Amino acid sequence: MIRDITLGQYYQADSVIHRLDPRVKLVATIGFIISLFVVDSWVGYVVAALFLVCMIKLSKVPFRYMVKGMRAIVFILLITVVFNLFLTPGEPLVSVWKLTITKEGMRTAVMMAVRLSFLIVGSSLMTLTTTPNSLTDGMEKLMKPLKYVKVPVHEIAMMMSIALRFIPILLEETDKIMKAQIARGADFESGNLIKKAKAMVPLLVPLFISAFRRANDLAMAMEARCYRGGEHRTKMKPLCYHGADRIAYGVLLVYFAGCVAIRIML
Amino acid sequence: MSIILDHVNYVYGEDTALAVHALKDINLVIPDGQFIGLIGHTGSGKSTLVQHLNGLIRPTSGAIYYNGEDIHEKDYDRKQLRSKVGLVFQYPEHQLFEIDVFKDVCFGPKNLGLPQKEIELRAYAALKQVGLEDEYFYQSPFDLSGGQKRRVAIAGVLAMKPEVLVLDEPTAGLDPKGRDEILDQIAKLKEETGITVILVSHSMEDVAKYVERIIVMNRGSVLYDDTPREVFKHVEELEQVGLAAPQVTYIMRALSKRGMPVDTSATTIAEASQEILKALHRTV
Repeated sequence: MIRDITLGQYYQADSVIHRLDPRVKLVATIGFIISLFVVDSWVGYVVAALFLVCMIKLSKVPFRYMVKGMRAIVFILLITVVFNLFLTPGEPLVSVWKLTITKEGMRTAVMMAVRLSFLIVGSSLMTLTTTPNSLTDGMEKLMKPLKYVKVPVHEIAMMMSIALRFIPILLEETDKIMKAQIARGADFESGNLIKKAKAMVPLLVPLFISAFRRANDLAMAMEARCYRGGEHRTKMKPLCYHGADRIAYGVLLVYFAGCVAIRIML
Repeated sequence: MSIILDHVNYVYGEDTALAVHALKDINLVIPDGQFIGLIGHTGSGKSTLVQHLNGLIRPTSGAIYYNGEDIHEKDYDRKQLRSKVGLVFQYPEHQLFEIDVFKDVCFGPKNLGLPQKEIELRAYAALKQVGLEDEYFYQSPFDLSGGQKRRVAIAGVLAMKPEVLVLDEPTAGLDPKGRDEILDQIAKLKEETGITVILVSHSMEDVAKYVERIIVMNRGSVLYDDTPREVFKHVEELEQVGLAAPQVTYIMRALSKRGMPVDTSATTIAEASQEILKALHRTV
């Protein structure tokens, strides 16, 4: 049941995108998101869509998998569309009771929906093709300059990778405890809100206890290995750019320049 | 009165690249009152199988019948089923949550909607059945030792008065003394109440002493399903799937190889010593 969440999960495959340096993927994702807000014409969206489809094809992640991740945000998407559709002032198209759909509203609603879904698909493409560990590795390296203004970059990256690492573990644990309590007759589904909230106690208490236990064990294990922060710490697999990464940067630059050009020209 | 599994298949993560065929065409009949050992190497599908027995997992294909009724029929009362087929998970002490031991054991019967008096009587009886002393009843379950916690968790399932008790690796992580105590208690319980008990384990040693039937799982299929005596005849095959026969079986085989006329199919220490004494023409 909980395992169906694909957003933020890694999809094992061997593709060009998977092998790229995590920094490239991070920069590309941010670039892609910015580009979505740079373009404001249909031509621009078609270009963005083409770029995205090419990347998905290259990544060998089944398209189905991406769409499955979209299910989680359908609700947010719907709210955005509805609000934009009815609350944008402008030239009225249809008018039912107190609700008016305007031409401008229609346009913004569709654009917002497209933007949001591209944004989600684009960023889930990054998390699907990059393991959490290399992702935080990439972030650490990218944020390195911040160290000079006393930002504890390594510590932040470490905390992030630990947090990410714990998500599947805790999901599994939740699943297990849930099943164990259902086997004891617990009911997590029926009843009103208060009853449902009360039913969560037998799930949350063991879950918190196990989270603390795991955190404690991990801290102990790290200390036993003499772990102490970022200074003078070397990596077993230091990140370095290869040919494919440079090409990727080139492709990204061309795409971004294209988006800016479309914005200026149209 | 029995559980029947009819061509049960289960696939984890169906329709993804990571699909795992965890159960392959399982056909089993589990009659009332049997003491069964379910054995298999890690990842052989035993935990998945037992979660089918009380309807926690729905098979990808195939059907499961409890007392002749399909448990995945639309209007079948699965909550009732879960009180009849009690499932104790691996490391069950991780599911404890109440402020004291007694309340935690009450959780199961309370969910069945029984009257308060009945709930407390059942909880008390269950705690006695697992051999926990009265002095612990009103302590926080988190202050107990590992073995005691596990007893409390088992009592939590027993308090629902199941007709079938399934224990998934009840001895994992316990010391030898704690292990023997728990297993002896289960055997005693089985004798007193006559319920069906299914003991899941990867240790032949654990189950050989107690059970009357062994089901060996390998890679999602049933490899053997027979009495311990018959199953342990296949020592080589068992070793191939990452299991082993009990140590006495090996001793008896070695003795027989050296020319002592003993029956190598003895599975418990008591049986083995009888055989050896017989071979030496002595009686106790």
